[in-house]
This record gives sequence, C-alpha cells and structure tokens, in this order.
Amino acid sequence: MIAELGLAALWLAAALAALQLVAGFLGARNPDTEMAALVRPAAVVQGLLCAFAFVMLLWLFAVTDLSVKLVATNSHSAKPPIFKLSGAWGNHEGSMLLWITVMALAGGLIAAVERRLPEKTMQATLGAQAFVGLGFYAFLLFSSNPFERLPQPAVEGLGLNPLLQDIGLAFHPPTLYFGYVGLSVAFSFAVGALLTRQVTPEFARAMRPWVLGAWVFLTLGITAGSYWAYYELGWGGWWFWDPVENASLMPWLAATALLHSASVLAARDALRAWTIMLGVVAFSMSMVGTFLVRSGILTSVHAFAVDPERGSFILVLLAIYIGGALVLFATRASSIAEGERFAATSREGALVVNNVMLCAILGVVLMGTLYPLLTEAFDVRVSVGPPYFNPVSAIFVVPMLLVMMVGPLLRWRRDRLERVKAPVALVAAILLGTLAVLLIVSTTGLLPLLGLVLAAALAVASFLPLRGRNLRRLPLAVWGMVIAHFGLAVALFGMASESAFSQEKLAAVAAGDTAEVGPWSVVLDGVHPVAGPNWTALEGQLLASYDGGDPIELDPQARSFWAPVQQTTESALATRWNGQLYAVIGNEAGAGENGARWQLRLWWKPFVTFIWYGGLLVALGGVLALLGRLFDDLKRRRVKARLAERRADEAELAAAGGRG
Amino acid sequence: MSSLKPKHQRLVLVVIALLALVAAGVLAAWALRNQASYFYVPAQMVAEPPAPERAVRLGGMVQEGSLETLADGVTIAFVVGDGEATVPVRFAGIVPDLFVEGSGVVAEGRLGADGVFVADNLLAKHDENYVPRELQEMTEHQKREVVAETEETR
Repeated sequence: MIAELGLAALWLAAALAALQLVAGFLGARNPDTEMAALVRPAAVVQGLLCAFAFVMLLWLFAVTDLSVKLVATNSHSAKPPIFKLSGAWGNHEGSMLLWITVMALAGGLIAAVERRLPEKTMQATLGAQAFVGLGFYAFLLFSSNPFERLPQPAVEGLGLNPLLQDIGLAFHPPTLYFGYVGLSVAFSFAVGALLTRQVTPEFARAMRPWVLGAWVFLTLGITAGSYWAYYELGWGGWWFWDPVENASLMPWLAATALLHSASVLAARDALRAWTIMLGVVAFSMSMVGTFLVRSGILTSVHAFAVDPERGSFILVLLAIYIGGALVLFATRASSIAEGERFAATSREGALVVNNVMLCAILGVVLMGTLYPLLTEAFDVRVSVGPPYFNPVSAIFVVPMLLVMMVGPLLRWRRDRLERVKAPVALVAAILLGTLAVLLIVSTTGLLPLLGLVLAAALAVASFLPLRGRNLRRLPLAVWGMVIAHFGLAVALFGMASESAFSQEKLAAVAAGDTAEVGPWSVVLDGVHPVAGPNWTALEGQLLASYDGGDPIELDPQARSFWAPVQQTTESALATRWNGQLYAVIGNEAGAGENGARWQLRLWWKPFVTFIWYGGLLVALGGVLALLGRLFDDLKRRRVKARLAERRADEAELAAAGGRG
Repeated sequence: MSSLKPKHQRLVLVVIALLALVAAGVLAAWALRNQASYFYVPAQMVAEPPAPERAVRLGGMVQEGSLETLADGVTIAFVVGDGEATVPVRFAGIVPDLFVEGSGVVAEGRLGADGVFVADNLLAKHDENYVPRELQEMTEHQKREVVAETEETR
C-alpha cells in the first residue's frame, strides 16, 4: 500500500509538471490569463507530492518491506537503522527520486517566494523548471521505478555495498544533489530570462542565492566525498582524479565561475550573455556528471546501474536540454544588449580572468575525463591520472590565484594599479620570501612548492580587502568572500604540504615490534578477531606515540562482510593539529624472528587535515554571502512594503481632505 | 579597453575567452597523448614493450604457483599471463583483499629495464559487482579463448 501511494504521488506530480509547463509558456506570453495563475500553485503542490513520495520510500526502507524490489536488492534486515534509511538513496532509483524531490521542492520554493522579477519572466522560468522536471519524471517512471513490487516477496535482502555503509554516505549524495539541483534552478532562471529578453541585474540577483546555495552544497559534497575516499578506501590518497570525482568537480568549477559573473551582472550590469552561457554550462556539467555516474559507462562504487538503456535515456535528456538551451542562446544572444563597459584594470577585469581560467580548467578536466571513453570507442584502453591533471590544470590555476590576490582590491569599472601598490608589494614580498625560504630548506617538487608559496600569499591577500574598512559595518557578503578566499588558501596549503612532506612506511611487524614513520613510533600490540552486526574483522592494536609522547591507541581493521560478501580495509587515524597518522593493516606476512608478522602500512601526513578545514571554510564563506544577500533582500522588501503603505496612507488622507 | 566602441569590447572579451579555451584544449590534447597510461596485456607488453619509466597498466591472470612473498614480508613477486606470454611483476604494499593465484589483476606501474614490471598499485576484484573494467573484458576474452581451445582439441 505504501509503495502504491508513493507511486501515485509521483504520477500526480508528473502530471502537475506537464500542466506547469504548458501554463508557464502560455503565461510567459500573457501573464494575465487564467492559465498563468495556475503555474505557481502547481509548482508548490508538485513539490509537496514529491516530498510525500520520498517519505514513502524512506518508510519502506525503515520497515524493510521486502516485497518491494528496490528494498530487497539494496537492504537487509540486519543492517543498522541509520544505514537502512541511507540505503534509500544509496542506489540508482532512490537517488533519482531524491534528485527529483529536491528539484520539485526548489521549484515550489521559487514559486512561493520569488516576486522580484517581471511576472512574464517568472512564468517562463517556472515553465523551464517544469520542462527539466518532466524529463526526470519520465526517466524515473519509465526506466527506474523505485516502487516496483516483486512478484514474490524476497526472504531476505541482498544488503548494501559495505563500502557505502558509512555515516559519510548518509550525507554525501544528498549534499551533491542539492548542488546539482540548485544549478538546475539557475538554468531555469537563465532560460526564463533569455526567453523573455530580461537579462537584467534583477535576474542576476534572483538567481544568485540559488547559485550560492548550489555552490555551498557542492563544496560540502566534494569535501565530504574527498574525506570519505581518504579514510574509507584505505589508499591514503584524498583525490584520485577518478571520473566520478571529476563529475562533482566540474559543476563546482562552472558554479564558481557563474557565481562571480552573476556578481558582476548584479552589481554592474555587465557580462550579460556570458552569465547566461555559464548558467547553461553549469547545468550541463551537472547533467554530464549524472550521466557519467549513473549510466554504468564507468565502473566504480557509484555506478549502481549497469544498464545501457538508462545511460541512453540520460544522454537523450542531456541532448534535449543542453542542445535546446544552446540553440535558444544562439538565436537570442544577439538580442541581449551589450552590458556596461569596463577597463581591463578593474574588478570586472579581474573577474573576467577568474571566469576564463575557471572555464579553461573545466575544459582540461572535462577532456581528461572523456578521453578514456573516446579512445575506448577505438578499442584503445587508456587511463588518465594525476600526471595529466595536476600539471595541466596548474597552468591555469596559478595565474587565476595570482589575479585572485589583487582582484578584490580593485575598484569597479576602472582602476589604476598604482593605487593598490602597497598591498600588491606586500603580497609579492610574501610570495618571494616564502619561495626563497622553501628553496633553501626543502627539496620538494615544483607543484607542491608553487602550492605552498601561493597558499601563503593568498592567505594574507584574502584579508587585504578588509583594510581601511569599518569591520562592524562591513556587509556580510564581503565577509563571505574574505573567508571563502582564505579557505581556498588553507585547502591549498593542506594539499601542497600533504604532497610535499608525507612520509610512508610499509613494514612487516610481529607483536611487540616497532615501526617508525616521521616523528611517530608505532608498536604493534597484537592482532585479534572482532565481530560487528554484519561483519567480522581482524583488528590490529597499535600504540602510536608522537615524538616520544603518550601513546595513542589505534585499531585498523580488515573487515569481511557477509551480505554481500566483500572485504574492506578500515584505516585508523590519529589526528593532531599538525597532521594525521594513517594506519592500515594487511595480510599475515609469514613468520619472522619474533614470531608471526603482519603487514602494516603507515603514513605521516603533515597538515593533511587543512584540506578539509579549508573546504569547510570555503563553504562557510558561501553561507555568509548567501545570508548577507538574503538579509539585504528582506530589508529591501520591508522598505518597499513600508513605502507602499505610506503612499496608501497619504492617498487616503488626500482623499479625505478633498471630501472635507 | 574602455576607449573602444561597445561592440568592440564584447568582441575583445569573446576573442580572449576563445583563445584561452583553445589554448586549454590544445594543451590538454597534447598532454593527454603524452600522459595517458595505456593498458597492456602480457602478449602486447612482450611484443612491444612500453618505454621504461612510462606509466602503464598491465592486466592478466596471476599464474598458479607464481606468487611468493619476499623476505622483507611486504614485497610480493608474481607472474601475470594471458595464455600467450607472461610478465614478472613485483609489488610492495598491501594487496587487495581478493587477490589470489588464478584470479585476474590489473597492475599500475612501470616496466623496468630488467623486464620486471614494478607495480605501484594493484586492482583486483572487490566483489561480484565491482570489477575493474579491463578485467571484465579480460575474463570474457579468456573465456572465449578457452572455448576456442577446447573446440580445437575436439
């Protein structure tokens, strides 16, 4: 019954989306018709119906209803409750339902609150939103129905991939989906603005919170995903340039560019066509990401669905949306009037550099990700990894970071470099000073060296925009920018120092033996079997002491799950303010002098945690900027309302005076 | 730039953006040709060995009876074959959980001058659902070969 209710809600929501599409495009022609009045309520109800359907799915997973195919193939009655729930979206169908739920709720939210834009543009925007939604409803209902029943209820579920039974998983996919969906809203705004030729600063202001929100979620999703890969996969790496990781990085790069160009459009009414184009690109990237991850074209823990039919379905959707948007752009772009002009040395100029560089990096990542797929068509199997991605993207990252240190100091429209001579000299001095010190004391590779130098300079440069301003009266959005830029410097420092200073030790040790890595000495106390709810494991007991200090107990495990049968490596981490010790236990390594030996792999990674602290700071910056913009909007709305009230009062008084 | 006519500024921006993107594309294409790591089966690796120190991947079956752990307890040596040729492989590290003799493996690393493939990383079957793509193909390919062989002997 529960499954049928969910399915019915989903069909109703799809029907409402069709209504919203038709009414929206009629409304964009003439917003005074009766049809147009239906659009906003349709969007709101559609959001509620989807939320209802998703709650029904959660319910099915919570009670482990094994007559539903999705539950039977992805859950198990012996699973801990939190993983039963997260199992609802830890699979293809459930995650697509989550996607569409978030999208419908977002549509409902704009329909309910967004009143700044001309009604025509809003109608077209909601119409476009429904158009995107319909494709996903079709995908869900025709090729991946999450509520499908089994002819015979299963006796027991097949379980969830143990790699995915982790608290990180409970939050990682939803965060990324919020990001993807935010970009779909930005896309709808762009299409709406393009259709009604209203590419104005108001459009940028209405779109910006969505881009900011999407960007915050993508940042969090990428940060969490990176940390998950780091401690769960047991390889000690934090970024593998895996196609699935790239699938989340590419929308982030596009969203970052869009965020900055939308700021230019909102503040200065310049870069109109460019912002629209980025809106289309950003959404394309989330679709490409979904296609890569969901089509089964890649093998990874994320590729739940190895079903060519679904892959083609997403590819067709991708072609319709992106092709359609590009055609629309090509036909309408010439009718978008040229925006305000600006000098090369200006805030806008710096932001253009940022945008172009981000797009170049995006192109580099995209080509590297698609290249193996292309060559595979010619039966040549290649893999593309860090030797390609690191240096090639660095060529564009370095100039972008250099401009980023100066850009926020420049004035809008036109500026002279002489005016900001002092701060630029300060930043340059830090750059050269760090470079000189590092060249003398360390012998690291070029890229980590550049990373450390740029991180030091950027960390200082990011606070320079605060110079000479009243900190208490500074807008929240400026704080957001400062913190986000500083966060990037922190993350960059973490990345560079991880690759410059990491130390690794691989040893076969018997109980009582000591292994040394960096400042740590690690004693193997013993190895014991342990058991969990759905696994058994061999657990090593390590006593690790930093620089002769008190020992910390660490227990890495080699786990064996039984539903489905799989083995995983559970790393153990000792975190200090200045880095992490990372320990993994391997197989028995034969007898040595002191009895049975075990393989032990240890890494000392100085400042590695800064990567994720930096990511969190970047996200925090985004949140502050978002709050700042929302408060401003609310304030403006209140002022407007009060003005209207006063005017009404005056009119009434005047009318009363006339009578009296 | 502000002295230019409006149309011109837009043009200049478009040209700069296009130049940067084309530069990125060309650079990426050039780097991809040089940095992509190719996939070899033992027969290919023996016939046309890759340049030493070039990162490549080697896929095949771990030969029965070839796996041994060296005295340090962490380095293993084994032989990868595809029925036509074999390549000796050395790997220092913790092996994937389902890495056993007679199963498929993809080794990432470099072919040394002495003809021994030094692997930085081994990919093996994790579970029924997660198999490195090349391995999937590999076993299919081998299945076909086995079928072909048995048909020949008949």
